[in-house]
Amino acid sequence: MIHRARHYLSLHAQNLLGAYGRLARQPVGSTMTVVVIAIALALPAGMRVLVNNIDALSGSWAGAIDFSAYLRLDVDTERATELADTVERRADVAQVTHVSRDDALAEFKSYSGFGDALDALDDNPLPHALVVRPAGGTRAEIQALADALEALPEVDFVQIDTAWVERLRAIVLLVERIVDIATVLLALAVVLVIGNTIRLEINNRRTEIEVVKLVGGSDAFIRRPFLYMGLSYGLTGAILAMLTIGVSLLLIAEPVRALAGLYGSAYELRGLTAREAGLLLGSGAILGWLGAGIATARHLRAIEPT
Amino acid sequence: MIQFTSVHKRYPNGRDALNGISFEIAKGEMAFLTGPSGAGKSTLLKLVALIERPSRGTVLINNHNTSRIRRRQIPYFRRQIGIVFQDHKLLHDRTIFDNVALPLVIAAARRRDIERRVRAALDQVGLLGREHGLPVTLSAGEQQRVGIARAVASRPDLVIADEPTGNLDPDLSLDIMRLFERFNEVGVTILIATHDLELVERLGHRQIKLEAGRLASEGLS
Ligand SMILES: Nc1ncnc2c1ncn2[C@@H]1O[C@H](COP(=O)(O)OP(=O)(O)O)[C@@H](O)[C@H]1O
Ligand SMILES: [Mg+2]
Repeated sequence: MIHRARHYLSLHAQNLLGAYGRLARQPVGSTMTVVVIAIALALPAGMRVLVNNIDALSGSWAGAIDFSAYLRLDVDTERATELADTVERRADVAQVTHVSRDDALAEFKSYSGFGDALDALDDNPLPHALVVRPAGGTRAEIQALADALEALPEVDFVQIDTAWVERLRAIVLLVERIVDIATVLLALAVVLVIGNTIRLEINNRRTEIEVVKLVGGSDAFIRRPFLYMGLSYGLTGAILAMLTIGVSLLLIAEPVRALAGLYGSAYELRGLTAREAGLLLGSGAILGWLGAGIATARHLRAIEPT
Repeated sequence: MIQFTSVHKRYPNGRDALNGISFEIAKGEMAFLTGPSGAGKSTLLKLVALIERPSRGTVLINNHNTSRIRRRQIPYFRRQIGIVFQDHKLLHDRTIFDNVALPLVIAAARRRDIERRVRAALDQVGLLGREHGLPVTLSAGEQQRVGIARAVASRPDLVIADEPTGNLDPDLSLDIMRLFERFNEVGVTILIATHDLELVERLGHRQIKLEAGRLASEGLS
C-alpha cells in the first residue's frame, strides 16, 4: 500500500520533471505558448488590480468627505458649541469644526465680493454651521450619519456631496463586470491554447504512445505526462503573468505617487495580495490541466497500435 | 496457452485475412508461424495481442477468452505478453535502460526490482554495459536484442514475435532465434512469425503453416 502510494507519487514527480524537461527541449515553441498564456492571464489579473486600486481610492475619498450641517437661525453660539461637542463624541464622527455665523459672514464677505451689500444688512443672515468629518466606513454608514444629524432639532439641513463618488462607484462596478466577462473569455482562450499545444504534442509522440500501449500502458499512464505538460504550461504562464503585473506596477508607481501628491494624498498602489497571487497561479495550473485533459480525452483514444 | 477455434478475421475493407483457423499451443512450447507474405501471420499475432479482434470464432489466451476482454482491460492483459516487432519499436529519445524498463515502469514495479530485472534482461541478450546509450548507437541486430530484452523484462509466460529477423542477415538471424530458444528452455511459450523457411527448417521446432488465411499444414519441420 505504502509502496503503491510512493510509486504513484514518484511517478507524478517524474512526470512533472519530465514535462518541464520537454518544454525546455523545444524552447521556441514552448516560449511562444507560455507568452500567449501569460498575456491571457495578465490581462484580467492586471485589470483587476487596477479596479481594486480605483475602488480603494474612491473608498478613501468617500470616507474623507466632509459635510456641513447648517443649524437653525435661532440657535445661539453657546448651544452651537455644545452641539459641536456632542456630535464630535459620536463613534462615527472623526472631527467637527464649528463655523460660527460671524466667521461665516466674515469669510463670505471677503470671498464673495458682496461685502458692501452685506454691510447694509442689520442682521447676519447666515446660520451657525458644523463641518463634520465622518470616521470613514461604508457609504451606507455615512448616509446614516447624515440622516441622524438632520434629525436633530437644532439642525436645519445637511449638505452632503457624494454624487461624484457615487458615479465613480457605478463606473467601477461596470468595469468590474466587464473584467469578469474578459476573465471568462481569456480563461477559455488559455484552455484552447494549451489544448491545441497538447494536441500537437500528442501527434508528435504518436509512435511513442503506440509503443507504450503495446507494452501494456493504461490510458491513465499515457495521459499523465500530457496532463503535467498542460499544468506546466499553465503554471509557467501564470508566473510570467505575475512578473508582468509586478513590473508594470513598478513602472507606474512613480507617476501615481506624483499624481497623488498633487491631490495631497500619499496613496500607494496596491499590487496582487498573496491570496490573489495564489489564485492566479492556481488558475493557471488548473486551466492548463483542463486544456490538456480535454485534448487527451479527444485525441489519445484514437491512437491505437496497428 | 494459445487456443484458436474456428477463427475468422475480416478487415473493415472486406478483406478476409483468416478463414477458420483452429490450433493450440501448449504452455512451454515454441512454434513458428510460417507462410508467404499476405498469408495472415501478422493478423494472427495481432489477435493474440488484442491489437485486432476476431470476427468469428474464439481466441483463448491463458484460458482467457479475448472476446470478453473490454477495452479498458487490454493494457493489463498485454502486460502478460511480451511482443517483439520486426522494426523493434524502440523509443529513440530514451536510453536503452529506459526502453527495457518501460513495461516494468508501467506495471509499477519497485525501483530496485526495475534495476535488477533490466540488467538481468540485458545480460541475457548480451548487452549488459550498454544500458546508458541511446538505441541509435546500436546495430540493427543489437536493437532487436533490446526489443527482446524489453519483451522479457517483466517475465511474461508468453512471447510473440512478428518477423523478428526480417531485417537481419542470416548469421544475426540465427543468433536471435537462439536467444528465443534460451527463453523457451526456461519455460516461456514462444510463437514466432517468419517467412525465413531455411532458418525454421534448421531449428526444427513445431511449424504452423498458413496459406491465404487457412491452415496449410502443421507439424514438426
Ligand atoms: N489493417 C488491414 N486492413 C485491411 N486488410 C489488411 C490489414 N492488415 C492486413 N490486411 C490484409 O490481410 C491479409 C493478411 O495480412 P497479414 O496478416 O499482414 O499477412 P502476413 O503477415 O502473413 O504477410 C493481407 O491480404 C493483407 O493485405
Ligand atoms: Mg506480416
